[in-house]
Amino acid sequence: MMTVEGVRLRRTIPNRLMIVAACGAFLFTVACGGSGSHSSNTSGNSGSNVQAISVNSGPAGNYANGAFTSVTVCAPGTSTCQTIDGVLVDTGSSGLRILSSVLTTSLPQQKASDGNPVVECLPFLSGYTWGPVQMADVQIAGEKAGSVPIQVLSDSDFPVPSACANNNGKSQDTLSTLGANGILGVGVFVQDCGGACVSTGPANPEVYYECPASGCVVVGEGLSQQVVNPVAFFSTDNNGVLIELPAVSSPQTTVNGSLIFGIGTQSNNGLGGAKVYTVDASANFVTTYNQQPYNQSFIDSGSNGVYFLTSSITGIPVCSDATFFYCPTTTQNLSAINSGANGGASGTVNFSVANADDLFKNNPNAVVFEQLAGPNSLSGFDWGLPFFFGRNVFTAIEGHTTPGGTGPYWAY
Amino acid sequence: MIAFSADEWRISRCHSNPSILCLRALVHAATVLMITLPAFAGLGEEVSSVQADQAHIQGTLRTTQKPSYTVHEIQAPTGTIVREYVSTSGKVFAVAWQGPWPPDMRQILAGYFGQYQQAAQAQTSSRAGRRPLVIEQPGLVLQSGGHMRSFAGRAYIPEMVPQGISAEEIR
Repeated sequence: MMTVEGVRLRRTIPNRLMIVAACGAFLFTVACGGSGSHSSNTSGNSGSNVQAISVNSGPAGNYANGAFTSVTVCAPGTSTCQTIDGVLVDTGSSGLRILSSVLTTSLPQQKASDGNPVVECLPFLSGYTWGPVQMADVQIAGEKAGSVPIQVLSDSDFPVPSACANNNGKSQDTLSTLGANGILGVGVFVQDCGGACVSTGPANPEVYYECPASGCVVVGEGLSQQVVNPVAFFSTDNNGVLIELPAVSSPQTTVNGSLIFGIGTQSNNGLGGAKVYTVDASANFVTTYNQQPYNQSFIDSGSNGVYFLTSSITGIPVCSDATFFYCPTTTQNLSAINSGANGGASGTVNFSVANADDLFKNNPNAVVFEQLAGPNSLSGFDWGLPFFFGRNVFTAIEGHTTPGGTGPYWAY
Repeated sequence: MIAFSADEWRISRCHSNPSILCLRALVHAATVLMITLPAFAGLGEEVSSVQADQAHIQGTLRTTQKPSYTVHEIQAPTGTIVREYVSTSGKVFAVAWQGPWPPDMRQILAGYFGQYQQAAQAQTSSRAGRRPLVIEQPGLVLQSGGHMRSFAGRAYIPEMVPQGISAEEIR
């Protein structure tokens, strides 16, 4: 299946390039470049700040609960562009990352002050992305971030430093290991690393490297050089995002929704009755479960289930083969209370945990599951994509003002 | 969550490509620690066996004595905290971490790093997706969760956990 998908991808890229070239960078509209092969927006929402997203099996063909969209990257200041679909919408990270294997447009390489190419190692949960930092105009819907650093994922352009591999498990630089053609990180942070990576001392977490022929070494990377959340660099609608997905009452093969840019900047992105949940400096808030508060909890569209605590605490058995999912004998209807890191809003969330083995077995073609859940760690709740089903969720970017206060926060 | 003893050591801060001066400071620090308390060790190892790792972490070390085990907690300059759980027989039966960046997994998992890597690579399901890493094998339990700029997790060897200790104490 993956091989077939791969062939399909390579064949369709030239077509997209032609479409983009025909539209032209200056006449960029939703109709021109914003649509991938999966795009159809049933919510009826449209506008220059609305990008269609689709929860489907993704470019690898077997992804569960992944919200995918398309992103157009252009060599800065030019109309040499490429629209890439199958990009995962991730509110749990910041920055655009594209597989080198799908990128056919040549983008300028970012260089350190001594002229050496800058390459990044960014840790995710069970692996890392590695590859060069390149500059691109990033266009989504009618929005554009001019000449921002993005990461191009490749294990072969530059050798992976051992420290990168040792810290972070396995590389996620291919379609089969990433599960997507790229990741669109639209989280609360402006930069992916922030101040820690600017320093050159031991506090540097060794995320940015410069890579002369003699080998890669850690480099201090200024904030303006780091890979960034492109939304923060749009000229308008740049204070956050709203994700709209419908409720999913039974397993589905495809569910369509919208990624809407800006909070309270247009008629289609007002907070309305949404409560604002503040987050701490690590982008966590508090989830209380069975009277016990867990203050490293978070909302993350890039996690594909509701992952919480451990089997020994919840009493819900994990699946016998896939121990990363819960497999209760009967569906568990549970509730927890979310509250802002700095006090303020608080509200109950009802959620259900079904037997993942049964979900997959009984719905062989489905990839959208509202009741998919699994263990996390003792630190708390990872409210993944099922949390977004039937709930409009706002993610406000740090330091940006909104009608609900200055980010960072989540609101729903 | 964890009460600290009064004992606290500052370890010299060195980074990649340590200078001779830096190395000397590390050797000095390691020597002091070797004399005064067991140093940091990886999962499954003798607590006294890995003096060199003390230098690797480059952080602040605190120890907490519990009835049937000792917790050695090291805070790295990156802000990430690593805790090792040492049984009365001197073996590290668990490690836990928390902070903005993942710890050096090869160092803290030591001889179990290969098993961790194999298990992480082997995790398959009919449905793919991005999620926390959970390994439950007879000889190794590991849970790793979080998101960009916030990571937490733990690993332990079930048969080495002292009797009467709840797994929830490892965090």
